[in-house]
Amino acid sequence: MTTSSVDAREQVPLPPMGAVGFARWSWRQLTSMRTALILLFLLAIASIPGSVLPQRGNDPIAVRNWIEDAPTMGPILDRLGFFEVYSSPWFSAVYLLLFISLVGCVIPRAAQHWRAMLALPPAPPRNLSRLAGTIEQTSGLDPQQVIDSAASVLRKQRWRVRVEEPAEAGSASGSSWVAAEKGYLRETGNLVFHLSLVLLLVAVAVGGLFGWKGNVIVREGRGFANTLTQYDAWGGGAFVNPATLPDFSFTLTDFRVDFERSGAQRGAPSFFEADVTYRTNVSAAEQTDVIEVNHPLEISGAKIFLVGHGYAPKFVVRDAAGKVVFDDEVPFLPQDGNFTSTGVVKAPDGTPQLGFRGLFLPTSALDDVRGPHSVFPAPDDPSVFLSAWQGDLGLDAGAPQSVYRLDTVAMTQLGLEALRPGDIWVLPNGSGSVTMTGFTRWASFQIARDPGKEFALVSAILAITGLMCSLFMRRRRVWVRATQAANGITVVQVAGLARKSTLDDLQSPSLEAELRDLANALRGPEIASSTVKEPK
Amino acid sequence: MTTTGLALASNACIYAAMVTLTLAMISFAVSFAAGRRRVAVAVAQEVPVAAGGTALLERMPTNDDSSTGRRSGNIAMSLTWLSFGLLLIGVVLRGIWAGRVPWGNMYEFSISSALGILAVFLFLSTRHDLRWLGLFITIPTLLTLGLAVTVLYTEAAQLVPALKSYWLIIHVSAAIICAGAFTLAAATAALSIVRSRAERRPGEVTGMMAKVPDAQRLQTLTYRTVAFSFPLWTFAVVAGAIWAENAWGRYWGWDPKETWAFITWVVFAAYLHARSTAGWRGDRAAWIAIIGWVSFLVNYFGVNIFVNSLHSYAGVG
Repeated sequence: MTTSSVDAREQVPLPPMGAVGFARWSWRQLTSMRTALILLFLLAIASIPGSVLPQRGNDPIAVRNWIEDAPTMGPILDRLGFFEVYSSPWFSAVYLLLFISLVGCVIPRAAQHWRAMLALPPAPPRNLSRLAGTIEQTSGLDPQQVIDSAASVLRKQRWRVRVEEPAEAGSASGSSWVAAEKGYLRETGNLVFHLSLVLLLVAVAVGGLFGWKGNVIVREGRGFANTLTQYDAWGGGAFVNPATLPDFSFTLTDFRVDFERSGAQRGAPSFFEADVTYRTNVSAAEQTDVIEVNHPLEISGAKIFLVGHGYAPKFVVRDAAGKVVFDDEVPFLPQDGNFTSTGVVKAPDGTPQLGFRGLFLPTSALDDVRGPHSVFPAPDDPSVFLSAWQGDLGLDAGAPQSVYRLDTVAMTQLGLEALRPGDIWVLPNGSGSVTMTGFTRWASFQIARDPGKEFALVSAILAITGLMCSLFMRRRRVWVRATQAANGITVVQVAGLARKSTLDDLQSPSLEAELRDLANALRGPEIASSTVKEPK
Repeated sequence: MTTTGLALASNACIYAAMVTLTLAMISFAVSFAAGRRRVAVAVAQEVPVAAGGTALLERMPTNDDSSTGRRSGNIAMSLTWLSFGLLLIGVVLRGIWAGRVPWGNMYEFSISSALGILAVFLFLSTRHDLRWLGLFITIPTLLTLGLAVTVLYTEAAQLVPALKSYWLIIHVSAAIICAGAFTLAAATAALSIVRSRAERRPGEVTGMMAKVPDAQRLQTLTYRTVAFSFPLWTFAVVAGAIWAENAWGRYWGWDPKETWAFITWVVFAAYLHARSTAGWRGDRAAWIAIIGWVSFLVNYFGVNIFVNSLHSYAGVG
C-alpha cells in the first residue's frame, strides 16, 4: 500500500484546495495504509453483531422470536439491518471502501513493480567495503573470469544479472562488476494476493447473481422434482430464471439413522444416510445413490445435500359422519436433540373443519416440569400428544399459511389426548375421530448451485500462494567487483543488500550465506597459495 | 490393551504432562527471577558463524549472569520436552482409544492445542534461545490443559456424522498449529509492550524485563510468528470452506464460527498492515496481535460453548 512517506506528507498543512484538489486529497486518504488499517478494524467490528444476533439468512425463525421478545429494541435493530448484517448497507459500505482502497493502492504499485522488473539492477555503490558483511578476497582467476563465472553462477541461481565490462582493458582503474537482483516475487506475491481478494469478491458476487439454493423435506417413499413449486424454501440470484431449473428428480427410497446408545454423546447420531433413486432429466434412466453428510449427490451442476431428518406421524381423520377427511403422513419438526417434534394436521374437508396441534415423541416421557417430551431420538416408545380444534382453519381467506402453524382464532378447542401407533381418539361431542396409524421418517435436503465456487477456490489458492511469496521471499541485491591490483593479483569484492523494506529483520542470515557461497565459487584454482589478505 | 486401559493410560499421560509442565513452569519462573540485575554484556557480537547459523545476532540476554538462572532454565527446557512427549503419547492414546483422529470434541481439541503450543515453542527453541519465553508459554498451556481435564473432559465417542471426513484432519490440524503460533505471538507481543515501556524509562532496563530481549527483537519475533501462521490460518479457513461446501452446500454462510475465523483473519491482516505503517509498528501492532489472539480464543471457547453454531461439536454439558 502507499508507503509511509505519503503519510508523512499528509501531516503538512495543506493549502486551500478546489474540488479537484479535494478529490485528489480524498483519494490519497482513502488509499493510504492508515485508512486500510482503520477499514480492516471496522470490518472486524462490523462482523461481530452477526455472530451474536440471529441472522435471517441462517435462522429466520430465531430472528422472528428475537424481535417478538424485544418489542422495543427488536424493530429498531431490524431496521438498522442487525438481522441481516452481512448484506446491510453499513457492512457493505465498509468492505466496498476497503476494496476500493485496495484497488487504488495495488494498481499504482503494480505499475511501479512492472517498471522495477524491467529495469536493470543498479550499479554497485562506489565503496563496497562500506556495506556490512562485504567479503573481500583474492582470486586465482583474472578479473574477466571472475566476472564471467560470477554472472554464470548468479544466472544459474535465477538472479537478474547485469554485467559491466571495464571501460578500457588494461587501465589501472578499470574494474569490472556484476550487479544482480532477486526476490521480485515478494512484491509480485503481494500484488497477486490483493488482486485475488478482488477476484474472490467477484466470485462471491457471481455465485450470488447466478446461483440458487432451495430446501425441501422429502418423506420416505416420496419423490421430488426440481421445480420451484416443490420447494419449501427457495432463493435465487437476480439472473436466475426459476422456470428453467434443471429438470432432475429423485425419490427417497430409504432413510437410515442410528444413535449413540451410551457414553458422553448418547443420543448423537452415529450415522444417517439416504438411499435415493434419481433421474438427471425427465427422459434419463433411473440411477441410485446414497446421500450422506459430507457426501452430496451432484446432478447437472447442482448439489443435493442431506441436512436434516425427522419423523412424520401418519393420521387418519374422520368427520362426524365417519367420512375420511384426511389420510397422510405429516412431517413434524424436531425441537431438540431428542427429537421432541411439533407439527400440525389440517383437515379442511370436514364441516366444521378440524385441526390438530401435535407433539411427536420418539421415546415418550412425561414429567411435571417439562410436560410431555422425548428422552431419546430413536423411536423406542413413540407417541403423539394432540390438541384438537374445530372451526374455521382460515384457509379460504386466500392468505398463504404455514403448514407448521395452526391459526386458532376462529376455532374452539375440543380436547387433549395422547396416542400411540394404532390408537384411535374419538373426539368429544361427536365431532369425528383421529387415528395415529404409524409414522415414517423424512429427510431434508438442501439443493444448491453456485457457479462461482470453483472461481472462488482458484482465487483462494492464488491468494494463499501470493501471500506466502510476499511473506517469505526477500528482495536482495548482490554485487561482485573484480579489480586487478598492481602486482597482478585479482581482488574480488562480494557485497549484498537485503531490502529492509518495511520489515524489520535486523539482519539477513540467508543473504550472508549466499554471499559466502558466491565468494567461495569465485576463489579460483590457486586458493591455497593466495589466501594472503594484503596483496603486496 | 483393553479400551479402558487405553483410556486410563491416556488420562495418566495427560496428568503426568501437566505435572511435568508445572515443574517446568516453576523452573522457568526461578530462571526468570534469578539474578535480577543483569550485567550488561555485549552479546551482539558480529561474528561470522558457520553456515546455517541463525544464531547470529540473536542479541539475546544470555542468562550467564547467574548460574542458578541458567541451570533452572535448562532444567525447565528439559522438563518441557518431557511434558511434550507425555502429552503426545496421551493424545495418540486418546486417538487409538477412540479409533479416529483425536479431534472429535472440545476436550480433544484442547489437549491437541496444548500440544500445538508446545510444539511450536519447542520447534523455535531449537533455533533460538527461548528460555526467557518459557514461563509465558507454559502458563497458557497449563491453563488450556487444566480447562480440558476439568471442564471439558468427555469420554471418547464416535464422531458425529458431520465430522466424518478427511477434511477434519486437514482443517483441524492447521487450526491447532495456528493455536500454538498465535499464542506464541501474543506472548512475545505482550512482552514487547512491557519491555518497551521499561525501555522508555530513563536509565538501563533492570529487573525482570532485563531478562527478555529488547522490544525491537520481540516485535520481530512476533512478526515472524504471525507471518508464519497467517498463511496457515488462511489455509485453515479455506479448507474449512471447502469442507463446508461439501457438507452443508455452501462454502461460506456466516455461521458464528466462520464469522469469528474471519474476524481473526482480518485482525491479523491488520497486524501485518500495521507493521508497515508509520507510527503503528511498535506497541500498537503488538496490541493488534494480542487482539487477534483474543478473537481466536473467542472463536474457540466462546462460539463452541455459548453460541448455537453449526460448529457446536464441543460435547460439553
